[in-house]
Amino acid sequence: MLSGFAGQLLNGLAGASTLFLLAVGLSLIFGVTRIVNFAHGSMFMVGLYVAYSLAQWLAPLAGGAAAFWLSILLSAAAVGALGVLVELLVLRRIYRVPELFQLLATFAVVLVLRDAALAIWGPDDLLGPKAPGMKGAVQILGRQFPQYDLFLIFVGPAVLALLWLLLRRTRLGVLIRAATQDREMVGALGVNQAWLFTGIFALGSALAALGGALQLPREPANLGLDLGTIGDAFVVVVVGGMGSIPGAYLAALIIAEIKAVCYGIGAVQVFGASFSFSKLTLVVEFIVMAAVLIWRPWGLLGKPQGMVRGAAAAEAPIRPMRRAGVVATAALGAALLALPLAGQAFPYLTVLMIDLLIAVLFATSLHFIMGPGGMHSFGHAAYFGLGAYGAAALLKGLALPMELALAAAPLVALAGGLLFGWFAVRLSGVYLAMLTLAFAQIVWSIVYQWDEVTGGSNGMVGIWPSARFASKTAYYYLTLALVGASVFALRRMLFAPFGYAMRAGRDSPLRAESTGIGVIGVHWAGFAIASLFCGLAGALYAFGKGSISPETIHVGRSIDALVMVLLGGVQTLSGPIVGSAVFTWLQDWMIRATDYWRALLGFAILVLVLAFPQGIVGGLAAAWERWRPPAAAAEGRR
Amino acid sequence: MKTRLLATLFAACLFSAGAQAQAPIRIGELNSYKAQPGFLDPYKKGWELALEEINASGGLLGRKVEVVSRDDNGNPGDAVRVAEELVSREKADVIFGGFLSHIGLALTDFAKQRKVFFLAAEPLTDKITWQNGNRYTDRLRPTTYMQTAMLVPEAAKLKKKRWAIVYPNYEYGQSAAATFKQLLKAAQPDVEFVAEQAPALGRVDAGAVVQALADAKPDAIFNVLFAGDLAKFVREGTTRGLFKDRPVVSLLSGEPEYLDPLKDEAPEGWIVTGYPWYGIDTPEHKRFLAAYQKRWNEYPRLGSIVGYSSMMSLAAGIRKAGSTDTERLIAAFKGLKVDTPFGPMVYRPEDNQSTMGAYVGLTTVRDGKGVMKDYYYVDGASVLPNAEETRKLRPAD
Repeated sequence: MLSGFAGQLLNGLAGASTLFLLAVGLSLIFGVTRIVNFAHGSMFMVGLYVAYSLAQWLAPLAGGAAAFWLSILLSAAAVGALGVLVELLVLRRIYRVPELFQLLATFAVVLVLRDAALAIWGPDDLLGPKAPGMKGAVQILGRQFPQYDLFLIFVGPAVLALLWLLLRRTRLGVLIRAATQDREMVGALGVNQAWLFTGIFALGSALAALGGALQLPREPANLGLDLGTIGDAFVVVVVGGMGSIPGAYLAALIIAEIKAVCYGIGAVQVFGASFSFSKLTLVVEFIVMAAVLIWRPWGLLGKPQGMVRGAAAAEAPIRPMRRAGVVATAALGAALLALPLAGQAFPYLTVLMIDLLIAVLFATSLHFIMGPGGMHSFGHAAYFGLGAYGAAALLKGLALPMELALAAAPLVALAGGLLFGWFAVRLSGVYLAMLTLAFAQIVWSIVYQWDEVTGGSNGMVGIWPSARFASKTAYYYLTLALVGASVFALRRMLFAPFGYAMRAGRDSPLRAESTGIGVIGVHWAGFAIASLFCGLAGALYAFGKGSISPETIHVGRSIDALVMVLLGGVQTLSGPIVGSAVFTWLQDWMIRATDYWRALLGFAILVLVLAFPQGIVGGLAAAWERWRPPAAAAEGRR
Repeated sequence: MKTRLLATLFAACLFSAGAQAQAPIRIGELNSYKAQPGFLDPYKKGWELALEEINASGGLLGRKVEVVSRDDNGNPGDAVRVAEELVSREKADVIFGGFLSHIGLALTDFAKQRKVFFLAAEPLTDKITWQNGNRYTDRLRPTTYMQTAMLVPEAAKLKKKRWAIVYPNYEYGQSAAATFKQLLKAAQPDVEFVAEQAPALGRVDAGAVVQALADAKPDAIFNVLFAGDLAKFVREGTTRGLFKDRPVVSLLSGEPEYLDPLKDEAPEGWIVTGYPWYGIDTPEHKRFLAAYQKRWNEYPRLGSIVGYSSMMSLAAGIRKAGSTDTERLIAAFKGLKVDTPFGPMVYRPEDNQSTMGAYVGLTTVRDGKGVMKDYYYVDGASVLPNAEETRKLRPAD
């Protein structure tokens, strides 16, 4: 038993090296550029694919061992070059835009790289060769332990030491550390920030690729690795402390060891029922992250982040709608009311519009806290899912009529919002984002495994609206009415004293507090309100589809919400509406138009990102400000 | 009266005009092509081949057949919207497809709500034909229960007492593990299950799992891991000597989709279900193999069989019904006989499940490739519960 435990700790050490290599580059990139780089997992994936191909090509040219090790190093170099390309072509153009907007660009890169990998390497899993000279196992504690795993145990600390030397003993290292602390100051001292950013992005990407390439003998290259690894990478970075290299190793070690121990414990009798601890590995890293964020938000070895000054222009205060806006809204409303009349000619339009309206409410509720509240939730799908599952459970479990279930389901999301929001609003910026992500993953894993209530991974079926709303037209009007009223209510709140208080808390917590606004309380209320409306969107979704599954809570849906808000423009009130409509429509259209719709969607987002760095609505508004006739401008000033 | 006669005449004219115009039969198809390309690319090639054969022989009911195929974005919510689009905008007469179990279930329920005929091609969950079954949905592929039940006699023959189980932590894995435990216990009452590992789907920490299994010192192992998880498990388990002198019974691992990526490291002597396309000597399979290789210039995977047989099932059903009307199709599929590359099979009237079977055999390595040997075909009908027991598993229509 004891030697089994020790053996598991050794397994954990090998896993820790892999996790560390995966995450350390992300930590460096975030520390210096403050970019939340969703494409980091893609670099890991591409690194593994490139190493696989290189190993194939080089094997006949060089000897087996030389080919293997060369392919790993060359793969890291190649992906480093890819990182340079991404930075130069995309990110460099959008550093001076509102915080988090770069996230949208990196998400587009994920989509493009996924389809590029599919086009180049095909859909099959590719299992690489074993490492020459390390194919066997050695006897440790009476068990066979793979030689390669033993080697991996030392790779992590070796890379850690090299990076430490780089950061502490070279001029580049000094610059990186200085930029992590205060990049404005580094710029003011005459350092070319642009090249520093390019360099750090290349280094980070190369490290991710090295981590991927070293997996060659351990796991097949496959297309799910990009989004499959990015969550782990974020967790390690946050737990260790952003920008902290030793922290990343410590965090990787802790998480890998906890997982290994979970497998080691195996099935245990708890209260007469058998529970397999191995099932905990689904979520254990997110539990660790939530605990660390609550106890020590800046991570185990990190320091509280310095302020980033003036990356983007300060946000203009929101303004009530002008007459043109009111007229346009009324026209849009009339068009939406009349839409089912076209149902005969375009029967699918109603169906699509229901989904689109639900997406609008989903995105608008996120924007409510993300824009005016400054709370970037990365786990908004949790409240969508709670609303959807709440509706299903009330309908199926308590046998409530559909109308009552629809009305009560948002309260389930509200309860979740109150609980998680209480913790989340005490943090800010990326820490808050990560804590909301952790909560969403925890909710997801509970729903995923609680067969009796949620139907587990299969979800629940038979959640259809009552006879009154059974037709698509009736359900469309129900959705339109509820979404319209909700969007109006959310907007109205932003112009009420509550909305001003929330924005004051975002822009200057200290001054807001001194004028008597309880910032945490206001933000908590905002968080709860957003989750309530998000829950309504979820409940509408459930009845619109007739079935729900854990995907309604999955991190992918949270990312979709972020993308919709950012695409439309986070600093405008109509941004989320336009963004969600454009995103939903683009996706629906492209899936039908081409096999490579992911890449196409990625390119479309990139074009929008580069053309409208403040989001579509933000960009159009700015263009209008520049071009509108002087008379109108004068009127606007009045 | 006269008006009504005129109207009838008018309708009759319209109808015959329509028949003369030979409006094609439209079949809607949807699947998670982008999420699961490795399995669904061969599947698509399978049904495309069948479609071409059907149209080359004059179509169905004298009409050409068209398939409108869509990606479902790998999630049930979008799948339901796509299905709605196929039915309302594309005017599909029937729909088929599905690979992931939760999407399959969502579509099953959609079919019931919209009263559309749905043939579930690939999803394995027992619930599609049992707990959540409905009269609008038929399913082709042998279910999790059936595939597990095919392996249990072989497992019992091993006469091993201490078993360890490893499965991916989602419904397919859980239900395979539960079925295996239940059926093996019935066949061999003294059996003990000494370890159970349920790593997250697609994210198995193979080293830790293998060691935990080995530490339990089982006599034999039942494995449900597949795809990337399987490759990691096999390599790690081989290096660590887990499979030395320890028989392994493994679900689906003989399918080319899962066995081929292992190349020369495919395990030796595992008892698996699968598809040995290289050695099936029946005339119907030989004909299929030749046609498939000629058309696509590659060998078929199990997905090819599923795609081909799905299309052929729909063709047989529409022929028997003489129409694409939903009610008549439902009736036609009750006891419908279909000839597939695996031989004749029947859609059971009691639960709308086809009796398609699978091959059970041993894995081995030949010419640097993983293959099956000593295999035999197990008819699906032989492992399904009888009509009376089935009725208890399924809500009344």
